[in-house]
Amino acid sequence: MAKITYITKEGESMVFEATSGSLMELAVKNKVPGIDGDCGGVCSCATCHVHVAPAYYEKLEAPSEIEADMLEFDDNVNEYSRLCCQIPVSDAVDGITVSVAN
Amino acid sequence: MGVSDFPDAFKETREAKGVCPFNDQDDPVAMLLRFKDVRKSAHDYKSFISEAAPGRIVIPSEVNIRDTRQIPFEVDPPEHTEYRALVEDWFKRPLDSTYEAGLESIILLELEKVLKKGSCEAISELSLPIQSRALTLLLNIPLEEAETWISWGTHVFRSEDSNLDADKASILYDYIDAEIDRVIAQPDDSLYSVLLNSEYQGRKMTKEEVKGVLVLTFAGGRDTIINYLTNTMAYLAEHPEAMDQLRNNPTLVNTAIEELVRYFSPLTHMGRVVAQEKEVCGHEAKKDTRISLCWASANRDEAVFENPNEVVLDRKMNPHVAFGFGTHKCLGATHARQLMKVFLRVFTQKVGKLTVVNAMENIEDWGEHQRKVGFDSLEIELNPIK
Repeated sequence: MAKITYITKEGESMVFEATSGSLMELAVKNKVPGIDGDCGGVCSCATCHVHVAPAYYEKLEAPSEIEADMLEFDDNVNEYSRLCCQIPVSDAVDGITVSVAN
Repeated sequence: MGVSDFPDAFKETREAKGVCPFNDQDDPVAMLLRFKDVRKSAHDYKSFISEAAPGRIVIPSEVNIRDTRQIPFEVDPPEHTEYRALVEDWFKRPLDSTYEAGLESIILLELEKVLKKGSCEAISELSLPIQSRALTLLLNIPLEEAETWISWGTHVFRSEDSNLDADKASILYDYIDAEIDRVIAQPDDSLYSVLLNSEYQGRKMTKEEVKGVLVLTFAGGRDTIINYLTNTMAYLAEHPEAMDQLRNNPTLVNTAIEELVRYFSPLTHMGRVVAQEKEVCGHEAKKDTRISLCWASANRDEAVFENPNEVVLDRKMNPHVAFGFGTHKCLGATHARQLMKVFLRVFTQKVGKLTVVNAMENIEDWGEHQRKVGFDSLEIELNPIK
Protein backbone atom coordinates (compact mmCIF):
# COMPACT_ATOMS: atom_id res chain seq x y z
CA MET A 1 0.00 0.00 0.00
CA ALA A 2 1.48 3.33 -1.06
CA LYS A 3 0.30 6.72 0.16
CA ILE A 4 0.35 9.43 -2.50
CA THR A 5 -0.17 13.16 -1.90
CA TYR A 6 -1.30 15.42 -4.74
CA ILE A 7 -1.06 19.20 -4.33
CA THR A 8 -3.54 20.99 -6.57
CA LYS A 9 -2.94 24.35 -8.26
CA GLU A 10 -5.06 25.89 -5.50
CA GLY A 11 -2.65 24.47 -2.91
CA GLU A 12 -5.02 21.83 -1.58
CA SER A 13 -3.51 18.50 -0.47
CA MET A 14 -5.32 15.34 -1.59
CA VAL A 15 -4.05 12.08 -0.12
CA PHE A 16 -4.92 8.61 -1.45
CA GLU A 17 -3.68 5.08 -1.04
CA ALA A 18 -3.29 2.40 -3.69
CA THR A 19 -1.54 -0.85 -4.43
CA SER A 20 -1.51 -0.88 -8.23
CA GLY A 21 -1.94 1.23 -11.37
CA SER A 22 -0.19 4.54 -12.00
CA LEU A 23 -0.20 7.89 -10.23
CA MET A 24 -2.28 9.22 -13.12
CA GLU A 25 -4.91 6.50 -12.76
CA LEU A 26 -5.18 7.09 -9.03
CA ALA A 27 -5.55 10.84 -9.59
CA VAL A 28 -8.19 10.45 -12.31
CA LYS A 29 -10.15 7.95 -10.21
CA ASN A 30 -10.21 10.47 -7.38
CA LYS A 31 -10.82 13.49 -9.64
CA VAL A 32 -7.67 15.44 -8.77
CA PRO A 33 -8.16 18.79 -10.56
CA GLY A 34 -5.64 19.38 -13.34
CA ILE A 35 -4.84 15.71 -13.93
CA ASP A 36 -6.97 14.57 -16.84
CA GLY A 37 -5.11 11.58 -18.27
CA ASP A 38 -6.89 12.00 -21.60
CA CYS A 39 -4.89 9.32 -23.43
CA GLY A 40 -5.33 6.72 -20.71
CA GLY A 41 -1.62 6.51 -19.99
CA VAL A 42 0.09 5.90 -23.35
CA CYS A 43 2.15 9.10 -23.18
CA SER A 44 0.42 11.04 -25.95
CA CYS A 45 -1.40 13.88 -24.18
CA ALA A 46 0.69 15.30 -21.31
CA THR A 47 -2.48 16.08 -19.33
CA CYS A 48 -1.03 14.37 -16.26
CA HIS A 49 2.02 16.60 -15.88
CA VAL A 50 3.22 16.93 -12.26
CA HIS A 51 6.23 18.25 -10.39
CA VAL A 52 7.63 15.55 -8.14
CA ALA A 53 8.96 16.52 -4.71
CA PRO A 54 12.77 16.68 -5.16
CA ALA A 55 13.55 14.02 -2.55
CA TYR A 56 11.43 11.53 -4.46
CA TYR A 57 12.37 12.61 -7.98
CA GLU A 58 15.82 11.09 -7.58
CA LYS A 59 14.41 7.80 -6.36
CA LEU A 60 12.29 7.31 -9.49
CA GLU A 61 13.61 5.78 -12.67
CA ALA A 62 14.53 8.51 -15.15
CA PRO A 63 11.85 9.41 -17.72
CA SER A 64 12.01 7.55 -21.03
CA GLU A 65 12.97 9.44 -24.19
CA ILE A 66 9.34 9.52 -25.29
CA GLU A 67 8.22 11.01 -21.96
CA ALA A 68 11.08 13.51 -21.97
CA ASP A 69 10.13 14.59 -25.51
CA MET A 70 6.52 15.10 -24.46
CA LEU A 71 7.59 17.23 -21.52
CA GLU A 72 9.89 19.31 -23.68
CA PHE A 73 6.86 20.92 -25.30
CA ASP A 74 4.62 21.29 -22.26
CA ASP A 75 4.00 24.44 -20.22
CA ASN A 76 5.44 24.93 -16.73
CA VAL A 77 8.20 22.39 -17.16
CA ASN A 78 10.90 22.27 -14.50
CA GLU A 79 13.65 19.84 -13.52
CA TYR A 80 11.20 17.80 -11.44
CA SER A 81 8.57 17.45 -14.17
CA ARG A 82 7.09 14.03 -14.88
CA LEU A 83 4.04 12.62 -16.61
CA CYS A 84 2.47 10.75 -13.73
CA CYS A 85 0.99 8.10 -16.06
CA GLN A 86 4.58 6.87 -16.26
CA ILE A 87 5.01 6.52 -12.48
CA PRO A 88 3.70 3.17 -11.26
CA VAL A 89 2.22 2.86 -7.81
CA SER A 90 4.55 0.70 -5.70
CA ASP A 91 6.15 0.66 -2.29
CA ALA A 92 8.96 2.71 -3.82
CA VAL A 93 6.67 5.75 -4.08
CA ASP A 94 5.04 5.36 -0.67
CA GLY A 95 4.86 8.85 0.84
CA ILE A 96 5.53 10.71 -2.43
CA THR A 97 4.19 14.22 -2.98
CA VAL A 98 3.47 15.52 -6.48
CA SER A 99 2.18 18.96 -7.47
CA VAL A 100 -0.18 19.46 -10.43
CA ALA A 101 1.73 21.43 -13.07
CA ASN A 102 -1.03 22.84 -15.31
CA MET B 1 -3.71 -7.14 -48.36
CA GLY B 2 -6.97 -6.99 -46.43
CA VAL B 3 -9.47 -4.13 -46.50
CA SER B 4 -8.37 -3.11 -43.02
CA ASP B 5 -4.77 -2.53 -44.09
CA PHE B 6 -4.00 1.17 -44.29
CA PRO B 7 -0.61 1.54 -45.96
CA ASP B 8 1.83 4.27 -44.98
CA ALA B 9 1.58 6.54 -48.02
CA PHE B 10 4.43 8.82 -46.99
CA LYS B 11 7.18 6.38 -45.95
CA GLU B 12 9.63 6.91 -48.81
CA THR B 13 9.34 10.69 -48.95
CA ARG B 14 9.45 10.97 -45.18
CA GLU B 15 12.66 8.98 -44.99
CA ALA B 16 14.34 10.51 -48.03
CA LYS B 17 13.32 14.18 -47.75
CA GLY B 18 11.04 14.78 -44.79
CA VAL B 19 9.16 17.52 -46.64
CA CYS B 20 6.93 17.26 -49.65
CA PRO B 21 5.61 20.12 -51.80
CA PHE B 22 1.94 19.90 -52.66
CA ASN B 23 -0.10 22.22 -54.83
CA ASP B 24 -3.44 23.21 -53.32
CA GLN B 25 -5.49 25.50 -55.57
CA ASP B 26 -2.40 27.57 -56.48
CA ASP B 27 -1.60 28.20 -52.82
CA PRO B 28 1.16 25.63 -52.36
CA VAL B 29 1.84 23.69 -49.17
CA ALA B 30 5.05 22.14 -47.88
CA MET B 31 3.94 18.99 -46.07
CA LEU B 32 6.09 18.10 -43.05
CA LEU B 33 6.28 14.35 -42.70
CA ARG B 34 8.59 13.52 -39.80
CA PHE B 35 7.26 13.13 -36.25
CA LYS B 36 9.73 15.49 -34.60
CA ASP B 37 9.31 18.24 -37.22
CA VAL B 38 5.54 17.94 -37.00
CA ARG B 39 5.47 18.20 -33.21
CA LYS B 40 8.02 20.99 -33.04
CA SER B 41 6.22 23.06 -35.67
CA ALA B 42 2.82 22.41 -34.09
CA HIS B 43 4.23 23.74 -30.84
CA ASP B 44 5.66 26.87 -32.48
CA TYR B 45 2.42 28.81 -32.91
CA LYS B 46 4.27 32.08 -33.23
CA SER B 47 6.13 31.06 -36.38
CA PHE B 48 3.38 28.91 -37.85
CA ILE B 49 0.08 30.58 -37.30
CA SER B 50 -3.52 29.46 -37.39
CA GLU B 51 -4.98 32.96 -37.38
CA ALA B 52 -4.78 33.39 -41.17
CA ALA B 53 -7.64 34.05 -43.62
CA PRO B 54 -10.56 31.84 -42.49
CA GLY B 55 -10.26 28.45 -44.18
CA ARG B 56 -6.66 28.86 -45.32
CA ILE B 57 -5.04 26.47 -42.83
CA VAL B 58 -7.44 23.72 -43.82
CA ILE B 59 -6.18 21.58 -46.68
CA PRO B 60 -7.73 21.60 -49.23
CA SER B 61 -8.14 25.30 -48.47
CA GLU B 62 -11.66 26.52 -47.79
CA VAL B 63 -10.99 30.23 -48.41
CA ASN B 64 -13.28 30.17 -51.43
CA ILE B 65 -16.24 28.67 -49.63
CA ARG B 66 -16.30 30.31 -46.22
CA ASP B 67 -15.43 33.51 -44.42
CA THR B 68 -16.59 32.52 -40.96
CA ARG B 69 -13.59 32.06 -38.71
CA GLN B 70 -13.66 28.74 -36.86
CA ILE B 71 -13.10 29.31 -33.13
CA PRO B 72 -10.85 28.55 -31.26
CA PHE B 73 -9.13 26.66 -34.06
CA GLU B 74 -8.33 29.62 -36.34
CA VAL B 75 -7.16 31.98 -33.58
CA ASP B 76 -3.76 32.06 -31.87
CA PRO B 77 -2.74 32.94 -28.30
CA PRO B 78 -3.39 35.13 -26.40
CA GLU B 79 -6.90 35.40 -27.91
CA HIS B 80 -7.02 31.66 -28.45
CA THR B 81 -6.36 31.00 -24.76
CA GLU B 82 -9.42 32.97 -23.68
CA TYR B 83 -11.70 31.45 -26.31
CA ARG B 84 -10.53 27.94 -25.47
CA ALA B 85 -11.03 28.49 -21.75
CA LEU B 86 -14.66 29.46 -22.45
CA VAL B 87 -15.44 26.10 -24.04
CA GLU B 88 -12.98 23.74 -22.34
CA ASP B 89 -15.25 22.62 -19.49
CA TRP B 90 -18.17 22.06 -21.85
CA PHE B 91 -16.05 19.82 -24.08
CA LYS B 92 -14.96 17.80 -21.03
CA ARG B 93 -18.56 16.81 -20.23
CA PRO B 94 -18.19 13.50 -22.11
CA LEU B 95 -16.30 12.24 -19.03
CA ASP B 96 -19.52 12.36 -16.97
CA SER B 97 -21.08 8.97 -16.40
CA THR B 98 -24.51 10.16 -17.57
CA TYR B 99 -22.96 11.29 -20.86
CA GLU B 100 -21.25 7.93 -21.24
CA ALA B 101 -24.55 6.16 -20.57
CA GLY B 102 -26.18 8.33 -23.25
CA LEU B 103 -23.55 7.30 -25.77
CA GLU B 104 -24.01 3.67 -24.84
CA SER B 105 -27.75 3.74 -25.45
CA ILE B 106 -27.27 5.49 -28.83
CA ILE B 107 -24.76 2.88 -29.98
CA LEU B 108 -26.81 -0.03 -28.64
CA LEU B 109 -29.92 1.13 -30.43
CA GLU B 110 -28.17 1.52 -33.80
CA LEU B 111 -26.38 -1.78 -33.42
CA GLU B 112 -29.53 -3.69 -32.53
CA LYS B 113 -31.23 -2.37 -35.69
CA VAL B 114 -28.54 -3.76 -37.98
CA LEU B 115 -28.10 -6.97 -35.99
CA LYS B 116 -31.77 -7.71 -36.67
CA LYS B 117 -31.17 -7.26 -40.41
CA GLY B 118 -27.96 -9.28 -40.38
CA SER B 119 -26.17 -7.00 -42.83
CA CYS B 120 -25.75 -3.30 -43.56
CA GLU B 121 -23.69 -0.63 -45.23
CA ALA B 122 -21.59 0.41 -42.24
CA ILE B 123 -21.24 4.13 -43.02
CA SER B 124 -24.84 5.05 -43.76
CA GLU B 125 -26.38 2.62 -41.28
CA LEU B 126 -23.95 2.76 -38.36
CA SER B 127 -21.14 5.35 -38.47
CA LEU B 128 -23.18 8.29 -39.74
CA PRO B 129 -26.21 7.81 -37.45
CA ILE B 130 -23.98 7.10 -34.43
CA GLN B 131 -21.82 10.19 -35.10
CA SER B 132 -24.86 12.40 -35.68
CA ARG B 133 -26.81 11.20 -32.65
CA ALA B 134 -23.73 11.40 -30.43
CA LEU B 135 -23.34 15.03 -31.49
CA THR B 136 -26.72 15.84 -29.92
CA LEU B 137 -25.14 14.94 -26.57
CA LEU B 138 -22.22 17.27 -27.16
CA LEU B 139 -24.56 20.11 -28.10
CA ASN B 140 -27.04 19.09 -25.37
CA ILE B 141 -30.05 19.18 -27.65
CA PRO B 142 -32.87 16.65 -28.36
CA LEU B 143 -31.81 13.42 -30.06
CA GLU B 144 -34.32 13.90 -32.89
CA GLU B 145 -32.30 16.82 -34.26
CA ALA B 146 -29.79 14.31 -35.61
CA GLU B 147 -32.25 13.28 -38.36
CA THR B 148 -31.56 16.57 -40.15
CA TRP B 149 -27.80 16.06 -40.06
CA ILE B 150 -28.06 12.44 -41.18
CA SER B 151 -30.01 13.68 -44.21
CA TRP B 152 -27.00 15.80 -45.21
CA GLY B 153 -24.89 12.70 -45.84
CA THR B 154 -21.36 12.03 -44.67
CA HIS B 155 -19.66 15.25 -45.67
CA VAL B 156 -20.25 18.80 -44.63
CA PHE B 157 -18.23 20.49 -47.36
CA ARG B 158 -17.90 17.66 -49.87
CA SER B 159 -20.25 16.20 -52.41
CA GLU B 160 -19.84 13.29 -54.79
CA ASP B 161 -18.45 15.61 -57.47
CA SER B 162 -16.32 18.03 -55.53
CA ASN B 163 -14.02 18.20 -52.55
CA LEU B 164 -15.29 21.69 -51.83
CA ASP B 165 -18.95 22.25 -52.34
CA ALA B 166 -20.09 25.78 -51.51
CA ASP B 167 -23.79 24.89 -51.80
CA LYS B 168 -23.34 22.14 -49.29
CA ALA B 169 -21.41 24.40 -46.91
CA SER B 170 -24.17 26.99 -47.10
CA ILE B 171 -26.71 24.39 -45.94
CA LEU B 172 -24.71 24.04 -42.72
CA TYR B 173 -24.22 27.81 -42.33
CA ASP B 174 -27.89 28.59 -42.90
CA TYR B 175 -28.84 25.87 -40.46
CA ILE B 176 -26.52 27.19 -37.73
CA ASP B 177 -27.66 30.80 -38.32
CA ALA B 178 -31.28 29.74 -37.92
CA GLU B 179 -30.50 27.73 -34.78
CA ILE B 180 -28.68 30.68 -33.20
CA ASP B 181 -31.67 32.94 -33.87
CA ARG B 182 -34.05 30.33 -32.51
CA VAL B 183 -32.04 29.97 -29.29
CA ILE B 184 -31.77 33.77 -28.88
CA ALA B 185 -35.59 33.90 -29.01
CA GLN B 186 -35.93 30.89 -26.72
CA PRO B 187 -32.87 30.23 -24.55
CA ASP B 188 -32.24 26.62 -23.52
CA ASP B 189 -29.50 24.43 -22.01
CA SER B 190 -27.66 23.85 -25.27
CA LEU B 191 -24.14 24.77 -26.31
CA TYR B 192 -25.71 27.55 -28.39
CA SER B 193 -27.11 29.19 -25.26
CA VAL B 194 -23.94 28.63 -23.26
CA LEU B 195 -21.91 30.38 -25.95
CA LEU B 196 -24.41 33.20 -26.42
CA ASN B 197 -24.15 33.88 -22.69
CA SER B 198 -20.35 33.64 -22.59
CA GLU B 199 -18.20 36.70 -22.19
CA TYR B 200 -15.13 37.20 -24.32
CA GLN B 201 -12.87 40.13 -23.37
CA GLY B 202 -15.58 41.55 -21.14
CA ARG B 203 -18.37 41.52 -23.74
CA LYS B 204 -20.89 38.93 -24.90
CA MET B 205 -19.80 36.67 -27.74
CA THR B 206 -21.18 37.79 -31.09
CA LYS B 207 -23.42 35.65 -33.27
CA GLU B 208 -20.54 35.31 -35.72
CA GLU B 209 -18.22 34.02 -32.98
CA VAL B 210 -20.84 31.57 -31.75
CA LYS B 211 -21.30 30.42 -35.33
CA GLY B 212 -17.53 29.95 -35.60
CA VAL B 213 -17.47 27.56 -32.65
CA LEU B 214 -20.48 25.64 -33.96
CA VAL B 215 -19.13 25.30 -37.51
CA LEU B 216 -15.97 23.81 -36.06
CA THR B 217 -17.96 21.47 -33.83
CA PHE B 218 -19.98 20.20 -36.80
CA ALA B 219 -17.13 19.98 -39.31
CA GLY B 220 -14.28 18.79 -37.09
CA GLY B 221 -15.97 15.71 -35.73
CA ARG B 222 -17.76 14.53 -38.85
CA ASP B 223 -15.54 12.67 -41.38
CA THR B 224 -13.00 11.97 -38.66
CA ILE B 225 -15.33 10.06 -36.38
CA ILE B 226 -17.10 8.38 -39.28
CA ASN B 227 -13.75 7.16 -40.64
CA TYR B 228 -12.62 5.96 -37.23
CA LEU B 229 -15.80 3.95 -36.62
CA THR B 230 -15.93 2.48 -40.11
CA ASN B 231 -12.24 1.61 -40.23
CA THR B 232 -12.50 -0.01 -36.81
CA MET B 233 -15.30 -2.25 -38.06
CA ALA B 234 -13.15 -3.27 -41.04
CA TYR B 235 -10.30 -4.04 -38.65
CA LEU B 236 -12.45 -6.11 -36.30
CA ALA B 237 -13.96 -8.04 -39.23
CA GLU B 238 -10.51 -9.10 -40.36
CA HIS B 239 -9.16 -9.67 -36.85
CA PRO B 240 -11.60 -11.89 -34.98
CA GLU B 241 -8.87 -12.56 -32.43
CA ALA B 242 -8.96 -8.83 -31.56
CA MET B 243 -12.72 -9.10 -31.02
CA ASP B 244 -12.08 -11.93 -28.55
CA GLN B 245 -9.29 -10.09 -26.77
CA LEU B 246 -11.32 -6.90 -26.38
CA ARG B 247 -14.36 -8.86 -25.25
CA ASN B 248 -12.43 -10.84 -22.65
CA ASN B 249 -10.19 -8.05 -21.43
CA PRO B 250 -12.16 -4.79 -21.15
CA THR B 251 -9.12 -2.83 -19.95
CA LEU B 252 -7.50 -3.42 -23.37
CA VAL B 253 -9.99 -0.89 -24.77
CA ASN B 254 -7.94 2.00 -23.31
CA THR B 255 -4.80 1.29 -25.31
CA ALA B 256 -6.76 -0.06 -28.29
CA ILE B 257 -8.61 3.21 -28.99
CA GLU B 258 -5.32 5.13 -28.97
CA GLU B 259 -3.63 2.58 -31.22
CA LEU B 260 -6.47 2.50 -33.73
CA VAL B 261 -6.61 6.28 -33.92
CA ARG B 262 -2.83 6.33 -34.48
CA TYR B 263 -3.03 3.70 -37.19
CA PHE B 264 -6.01 5.25 -39.01
CA SER B 265 -5.14 8.91 -38.36
CA PRO B 266 -8.60 10.05 -39.49
CA LEU B 267 -7.36 13.58 -40.19
CA THR B 268 -4.39 13.38 -42.54
CA HIS B 269 -2.94 16.81 -41.88
CA MET B 270 -3.57 20.44 -40.95
CA GLY B 271 -1.93 23.54 -42.34
CA ARG B 272 -0.32 26.59 -40.83
CA VAL B 273 0.70 29.91 -42.38
CA VAL B 274 4.32 30.99 -41.97
CA ALA B 275 4.47 34.22 -39.93
CA GLN B 276 8.19 34.70 -40.33
CA GLU B 277 10.68 32.97 -42.57
CA LYS B 278 11.95 29.82 -40.96
CA GLU B 279 13.90 26.74 -41.92
CA VAL B 280 12.23 23.41 -41.22
CA CYS B 281 13.81 20.10 -42.19
CA GLY B 282 15.95 21.79 -44.82
CA HIS B 283 12.96 23.64 -46.27
CA GLU B 284 13.01 27.45 -46.36
CA ALA B 285 9.49 28.27 -45.25
CA LYS B 286 8.89 31.74 -46.69
CA LYS B 287 6.64 34.28 -45.00
CA ASP B 288 2.95 33.92 -45.90
CA THR B 289 3.41 30.51 -47.49
CA ARG B 290 1.90 27.40 -45.97
CA ILE B 291 3.26 24.31 -44.30
CA SER B 292 1.23 21.31 -43.22
CA LEU B 293 1.61 19.12 -40.19
CA CYS B 294 1.07 15.61 -41.51
CA TRP B 295 -0.31 13.72 -38.54
CA ALA B 296 -0.79 10.57 -40.63
CA SER B 297 2.86 10.46 -41.65
CA ALA B 298 4.17 11.36 -38.18
CA ASN B 299 2.12 8.53 -36.71
CA ARG B 300 4.01 5.96 -38.82
CA ASP B 301 7.49 7.37 -38.19
CA GLU B 302 9.79 4.44 -37.48
CA ALA B 303 12.10 6.71 -35.51
CA VAL B 304 9.39 6.85 -32.82
CA PHE B 305 7.07 3.86 -33.21
CA GLU B 306 8.22 0.25 -33.18
CA ASN B 307 6.47 -1.70 -35.95
CA PRO B 308 4.55 1.41 -36.98
CA ASN B 309 2.53 -0.35 -39.67
CA GLU B 310 1.14 -2.94 -37.30
CA VAL B 311 -1.84 -2.50 -35.04
CA VAL B 312 -0.61 -3.39 -31.55
CA LEU B 313 -3.72 -3.15 -29.39
CA ASP B 314 -1.80 -3.06 -26.13
CA ARG B 315 0.86 -0.58 -27.29
CA LYS B 316 2.05 0.98 -24.02
CA MET B 317 4.02 3.99 -25.28
CA ASN B 318 2.06 5.65 -28.03
CA PRO B 319 2.82 9.36 -28.37
CA HIS B 320 0.65 9.68 -31.48
CA VAL B 321 -0.50 13.01 -32.87
CA ALA B 322 -3.80 11.83 -34.34
CA PHE B 323 -5.60 14.55 -32.33
CA GLY B 324 -2.99 17.13 -33.28
CA PHE B 325 -0.46 18.55 -30.87
CA GLY B 326 0.16 21.72 -28.88
CA THR B 327 -2.09 24.72 -28.41
CA HIS B 328 -4.53 23.68 -31.11
CA LYS B 329 -4.88 20.01 -30.21
CA CYS B 330 -8.36 18.69 -30.90
CA LEU B 331 -11.02 20.26 -28.68
CA GLY B 332 -13.36 17.34 -29.38
CA ALA B 333 -10.84 14.67 -28.40
CA THR B 334 -12.57 13.90 -25.09
CA HIS B 335 -15.87 13.33 -26.87
CA ALA B 336 -14.17 11.30 -29.62
CA ARG B 337 -12.28 9.13 -27.15
CA GLN B 338 -15.37 8.43 -25.07
CA LEU B 339 -17.33 7.55 -28.21
CA MET B 340 -14.56 5.23 -29.42
CA LYS B 341 -14.31 3.59 -26.02
CA VAL B 342 -18.03 2.93 -25.70
CA PHE B 343 -18.26 1.84 -29.34
CA LEU B 344 -15.48 -0.76 -28.96
CA ARG B 345 -16.98 -2.02 -25.71
CA VAL B 346 -20.55 -2.31 -26.97
CA PHE B 347 -19.59 -3.64 -30.40
CA THR B 348 -17.40 -6.44 -29.08
CA GLN B 349 -19.99 -7.39 -26.46
CA LYS B 350 -22.87 -7.58 -28.93
CA VAL B 351 -21.41 -8.69 -32.25
CA GLY B 352 -20.24 -12.25 -32.80
CA LYS B 353 -19.31 -13.01 -36.38
CA LEU B 354 -18.49 -10.02 -38.56
CA THR B 355 -17.60 -10.17 -42.26
CA VAL B 356 -16.82 -7.56 -44.90
CA VAL B 357 -18.87 -8.29 -48.02
CA ASN B 358 -17.78 -5.38 -50.16
CA ALA B 359 -15.58 -2.32 -49.67
CA MET B 360 -14.94 0.83 -51.67
CA GLU B 361 -11.84 2.61 -50.45
CA ASN B 362 -11.63 6.37 -50.00
CA ILE B 363 -8.25 7.42 -51.33
CA GLU B 364 -7.01 10.97 -50.82
CA ASP B 365 -4.73 12.53 -53.38
CA TRP B 366 -1.84 14.59 -51.96
CA GLY B 367 0.33 15.29 -54.99
CA GLU B 368 2.56 12.29 -55.49
CA HIS B 369 0.99 10.51 -52.51
CA GLN B 370 -2.22 8.57 -52.49
CA ARG B 371 -3.47 7.94 -48.99
CA LYS B 372 -6.23 5.59 -47.91
CA VAL B 373 -8.15 7.38 -45.16
CA GLY B 374 -11.30 5.31 -44.98
CA PHE B 375 -14.10 3.95 -47.12
CA ASP B 376 -16.76 5.36 -49.41
CA SER B 377 -18.79 2.31 -48.56
CA LEU B 378 -18.33 -0.79 -46.44
CA GLU B 379 -20.89 -3.55 -46.64
CA ILE B 380 -20.77 -5.91 -43.69
CA GLU B 381 -22.58 -8.96 -42.44
CA LEU B 382 -22.90 -9.28 -38.70
CA ASN B 383 -24.48 -11.67 -36.25
CA PRO B 384 -25.21 -11.18 -32.59
CA ILE B 385 -23.43 -13.17 -29.92
CA LYS B 386 -25.73 -16.07 -29.17
